[in-house]
Amino acid sequence: MGKCMQGFLDEQFMELEELQDDVNPNFVEEVATLYFKDSARLINSIDQALERGSFDFNRLDNYMHQFKGSSSSIGASKVKTECTMFREYCRVGNAEGCLRTFQQVKKEHATLRKKLEHYFQASQ
Amino acid sequence: MADEVPSLAESKLTALVVDDNFVNQTMHHKLLDRLGIKNDVVCNGQEAVDVHCSGRNYDLILMDMEMPILNGIQATKRLREMGIESKIAGVTTRANEGDKKEFMEAGLNDFQEKPLTISKLLSILHRLDFHVQT
Repeated sequence: MGKCMQGFLDEQFMELEELQDDVNPNFVEEVATLYFKDSARLINSIDQALERGSFDFNRLDNYMHQFKGSSSSIGASKVKTECTMFREYCRVGNAEGCLRTFQQVKKEHATLRKKLEHYFQASQ
Repeated sequence: MADEVPSLAESKLTALVVDDNFVNQTMHHKLLDRLGIKNDVVCNGQEAVDVHCSGRNYDLILMDMEMPILNGIQATKRLREMGIESKIAGVTTRANEGDKKEFMEAGLNDFQEKPLTISKLLSILHRLDFHVQT
């Protein structure tokens, strides 16, 4: 894992890299693609729920639980941290906190996406 | 590290991954593949029950806790009621003690926190007495 990824990805990402082999030479990139496809869907669902102004904290927490789970599985540590914050705000029913933290979730997610795109291009 | 990973291919173990998250499904499937364990993947507890009703059986089940339709706790209970004696390892993100206790009491043989890694999976296999040749 390159220096540029440090802080954004934790040791779980290295576990992914260890699973890459001759049978699946693009395993890491495939998992990352799956992650971004899945997380885009979740971000969209949360965006729509927040835009409607309906703060169904249970539903929001459910979406974020899935998002956090995926982020954890690929080692996306900063995204995972923001997901945890969002869930805390859901737990106490703080709508403003949810809105504010969600912007951070999206920001970290977008940053990670760019970094991984560069990382995969550089490793080809 | 890839060279040090043991292979259980000769033991012909089979496993079922039960998880609603696509990233986790892919990861767990690959982890098991890497250890030479043939495995199937289903998306929730109901599908896990259905696949057993169809006559399939597995040595090991990796069961997520929070899933739609039928969650891990309900699915584990249902499988045990059906007489399924496979080893079931609960695999979930940090759950509170109450949830873990309820999950274990549903009929688990072991419990491990996500995200899974090769070493966590090997721990499960060791604790459940699956012979791991090194």
